[in-house]
Order: sequence, then C-alpha cells, then structure tokens
Amino acid sequence: MASSTVEYAVGRNPEMGPAGTPVPSPLEPFDAPEPELGSQTMLVNVGPQHPATHGVLRLVVELDGETVVSVVPRLGYLHSSFEKLGEYRTWNQIVTLTDRMDYLAPLIYNCAYVMAVEKLMGIEVTDRCRVARVICMEMDRIFSHLLWLGTWSIDVGAFTPFLYAFQQREKVYKLHEALTGARITTSATRIGGMMADLPEGWTKGVREFADNLPATLDEVDTLLTCNAIHIGRTQGIGAISAEDAVNHGLTGANLRASGVPYDVRKDRPYYDYENYDFEVPIGCHGDCYDRYLVRMEEMRQSVRILHQALDHLPGGPMDVEDPRVSLPSKTDCMSDMESMIHHFKLITEGIPAPAEDCWFSVEGSKGELGMYVVGDGGPKPVRWRIRPPSFVNLSAIPKLSEGHLMADLIMINASLDIVLGEIDR
Amino acid sequence: MADQGSAGSVPDFSFVASGPGRSHADAPEQEGPASVPPGNPSVTALWEQFPDGVLRNRVCAGDEDVVYIDPGRVTEILGWLHEMPDQHYDHLADVTAVDYGGGRPIEVVYQLWSIPHRAALRVKCELSLDGLEIDSVTGIWVGADWLEREVYDLFGVTFRGHPDLRRILMPDNYAEGHPLRKDFPLRGRFSRAEQTRRALTQDPEDYYMPGEIGERTPQLVGSGADGGHEVVGSGPGAGGEEDDDGL
Repeated sequence: MASSTVEYAVGRNPEMGPAGTPVPSPLEPFDAPEPELGSQTMLVNVGPQHPATHGVLRLVVELDGETVVSVVPRLGYLHSSFEKLGEYRTWNQIVTLTDRMDYLAPLIYNCAYVMAVEKLMGIEVTDRCRVARVICMEMDRIFSHLLWLGTWSIDVGAFTPFLYAFQQREKVYKLHEALTGARITTSATRIGGMMADLPEGWTKGVREFADNLPATLDEVDTLLTCNAIHIGRTQGIGAISAEDAVNHGLTGANLRASGVPYDVRKDRPYYDYENYDFEVPIGCHGDCYDRYLVRMEEMRQSVRILHQALDHLPGGPMDVEDPRVSLPSKTDCMSDMESMIHHFKLITEGIPAPAEDCWFSVEGSKGELGMYVVGDGGPKPVRWRIRPPSFVNLSAIPKLSEGHLMADLIMINASLDIVLGEIDR
Repeated sequence: MADQGSAGSVPDFSFVASGPGRSHADAPEQEGPASVPPGNPSVTALWEQFPDGVLRNRVCAGDEDVVYIDPGRVTEILGWLHEMPDQHYDHLADVTAVDYGGGRPIEVVYQLWSIPHRAALRVKCELSLDGLEIDSVTGIWVGADWLEREVYDLFGVTFRGHPDLRRILMPDNYAEGHPLRKDFPLRGRFSRAEQTRRALTQDPEDYYMPGEIGERTPQLVGSGADGGHEVVGSGPGAGGEEDDDGL
C-alpha cells in the first residue's frame, strides 16, 4: 500500500506573524469574483428500494448542491414480461395477469382488458354487466387515488391523512373480497361478463362506502389543502405547460392539472359514461399542487358516478348469452350431451378471436389505459399490448424535476402517481 | 363463469376454429384511394396528400381506421398529421410493434389521438426482418422517447435519430436477444443454469456505478445467442468527468 504523509500545521497560529505579532487578516475587496465552489456535481442514487420511490424505481440524480441537474430513471426491476406470457395463454386466462400490473386499481385493468377483447370479438355485454363494471372501475379509481393520497401525504411529511386514507381503502379491500374472494388480485371479469353476479348485499356495502368517503375527504382537505407547509412544498413545483404535457404524452390527472380537459370518459365515452352526470376537474398551473387538487376532486366526482350507477343498476343476467363465450350451466352439462361437449370445447380450446387488431382505451386511475389486442383467429393472442399510463407519465420526470431541489423531486415523483408493476410489466 | 341458466339451449359449434391451419382471415382491405370509406376524413386526406406514401388502409374492429404507410416516410407523414390544423393529432397514445412470426414483417404501430378533434387513427409501418430500422418520431412527440426505447428493447427495431436509444426494461447487458419476438422462447435463450451463472457473475457495479450518466458503455456479459446488441451510449453528460471507480 502506498503511504502518504500529511503535514499538520500545528504550533503556529496562522494569524500571528513569525515573531508572534498579530497579522491583520486580509479583507477581500467587494468586487472580487465569487470563489469557485460548486464546480463538481454529485451523483445520488435514489432507490430502487426506498419508500419515496413508490416501488422499485431507481432514479440516478445528478445534484449541484441540492439542485437537481439531471435525472435518469432506471426501470425494469419488476419486469415480469406479462405481454410475452399473454401470448401463451388463452384470452380468458390473461385476465389474471392484468390485475398484477396495477395492483392499486386491479378492477380497472380487469375491465379494460375484457372490454378490448369483447370489442375485438364483437360482443355486447348485458346492461347489468355494463353498470356493474362502471361501479367496479369507479370504486377502484377511488381505491387508487386513496393510496396516492396516503403516500403523497407521507412524502410531504403529514402522517394523519395516510391513516385516514388507508382506513377507507380497507373498506374497498373488503368489498373486493366480497366480490371476488381476493383483496388485490381480483380477476373479476370474464369475456362476456363477470366471474359471478354481484353477491347479496354488495351494492349496499358500496353505497355505504360512497356515503362515508366525502367526510374523510373533507377531513383531509382541512389538513392539507390550506396547510402552509403543504402549499410551500407543492405550489410551483414540477410545473408543466399544457402544450408540453400533451407533447410528453401525459394523461389522466397529470394532464388535466395543466388545463387540458382530456378525459377518455368524456372524449371517447364507453359504457354510457355520457349519460352519467359528472365533471372533469382541471387545474391551471400544472404543478404538484394542482395535481393534488385534481385528484381530490376526481374522488368526489367518482362518488357521484357511484351513486348514479348504484341507482340505475338493472336486474337481469350478468353474462352475455353468446354460445361463443358463455359456458352452459352445470345442470345442462350434467344432463345434456351437447352442452357437455360445448363446455368441454370452450374450456380446452379456448375462445377464438378474429384475425384483427383492436385498440380500446379507458380512463384508468393513472391516465389513459389502452389495451391493444391482436388476434389471428385462434384462442390465443398474437400480441397483447398495454399502453401503460404511468410509464409515459414517468418519462416526463426529468423535464419536471430539473432545476428543482432534491426534496422537490420526491414530491414530483409522488404527484405523478406511478405504479411500478405497470411500468415494468 | 357463472351459470347461465339457459336450459336446453342448443350450442352452436360452427364458430370453433379449425386447428392450426387457420388462414389469416382477410379483412376488407383497400388498395387504392378510390374505395376509401367515408368514415375518417384523415384517411381521405392522407390519400390525397401522400398518394405514394400511403400503402393501404382498412377498418378494424368495427370503427378503427388503420393506415399502412411507407416506413421511409414515417416522420414526414406523422409530422404532417401532427402539424396540420385540420388533423392535429397532438396526442401520441402509443408506439408499439407486432411480430406475427413465420418470417412476416414486424409492424410498428402508432396510435394517434387528436384531443381537439376527438379522432383516433392507427398508423402502421411494416418492416421486413432484415431491415428493422425506422426513423424516430421523438422530434414530433417527445413522449415517444420511452415508447420507442421499449420497442427497441423488446423487438430490436432501431429508431434512427432517437436521442437515447438504450434498453429500458431489460438490463443493459442482456445478451439473449429481444424477448417479444416470436422466435424468442418463453424462458429465454439460455438454460436456467446459464442464466443463474450469468446473474451470479455479474458485476454489481455495472448497475450501481455513479458514472452512468456519462460516457460509460455497459459491458456485455459473454456473447449472446444473437450476438448481443449494440448499446448506444447516452452521450457525454455533465457527470462524465467524475467517472472514477473510487466513489
């Protein structure tokens, strides 16, 4: 090992002259240039395992002091190649893959996927199923926004709203469990209908949740919306203009906070969303605070949709009567030979889809969630593509955070509302 | 699925697909501007503006307009769709690719949406397997950056003019190829033992070195079955000068 010597200047006061007489310290003239201090930037590795990254996101941040010079996100830590796996599964088997991607709003993914496949196959689901799926999707929009609210408040330094939000989320977990038997991996939909009809008393539980949620939102409102610390941490942070937001492909609340009223539910309505009475909140500054306000208001609007959907939930069958996709009843299978063969063939061969491609997008909780399915006439997809909203939203983070402080980067990341399961897929 | 309660319904078997020899059912395709359906005005306008750049168009899944264009003119045509006020496709919803397998060309798919006009259009470019190169549209939509990187990563399509074409979901030194290609086996090209060996012998500093913003090219672990891939560096960055191994 190489050795080095270090000389310590001890025994002599540098402010004393050689003879021990005091030496006046030199005064720098006022017009002297600033001393060159920050010539080097520092690289800080944020993540992949840190609570503030909301998953296994890794950000390589170049810092000049505390100011962010550049951000390079590194992805792929949660890559599960769902799209490749889907090519080896029949259309109905893929449903279980969809909720693993966005585990914060699994029912939206379940519904969006089967809606795309149903459009490809030309299947019209029943009225009851349409309304039931609207209830599921709006409930999960609140479910996802509540998690965003909790983690957002933790990131800003407030702990109480986190507890309030998760108290309400627990109720949605219970509703998931009553509907499907699972709390997160719901897999509730099938092509042409749902896994099962809504259980007894389930709508009452949804109604109760929708009734109680606004009180919680009001409480969080009083804690955060006018809170000086919260405002100081979020206003003017990570702002993006409407034009840039569109060009970057931002969707969902991140786009609407910049003042672009693009909501798939309004612009390309599906499942009779044009008949529901709700408003699309938009911001005007495009900063973190506006994204907060937009998401808070979206939850209230989703409560309105939930009430209307519950009021108009029709009776009748949940699953479509289409021999291509619907299984015969168990009684028929046990008594009728044709039904049994039909059942056997549907299960073993799968459902054929035409050799076409189909794009279907819904307004997910994170943004525009697109499903692109390509069939070849067989029971398995040639290609199954998810347009991941948080993936595209996250790609704007270098632009949003450059020039801000390191602490602001955490808020910007929280304001984008990402879920890594969907980004990495 | 829940029981239907459809007692006595006679099932219809005529729909069942007939084995692996299924033909690729031909949807109605137009080979000229004469028979363009009146559905989407953008399709008609494209035929008029680029009679030799638009190859054909079709309607999928009932109401979705698909336009096949010449891959060499993708930036010109998509830029026109983005700029013209009566088209104004300002939202690039998606860029992806489809590999049909069997040596057929890989399709690069652009899913466009016009926020002011509320119109959708799907534009496709077919690239033969020996010429997987296309111009990048990041100059038109910045949001195409990561989407094109993903297509490059998973399909091996090179986007000319992309500012930072690196792998995004797979590791930088992934040597097994491009996973979403049809000739890529589900479990990867290497054996499990080989994959484990490579994972164990990897240098963690390949991932955690602070100099990666700068001019640092990740090392390929061994040579892949397809000869690996080119790693395009991210260009000289401000942190390049402190690429010291000391940390």
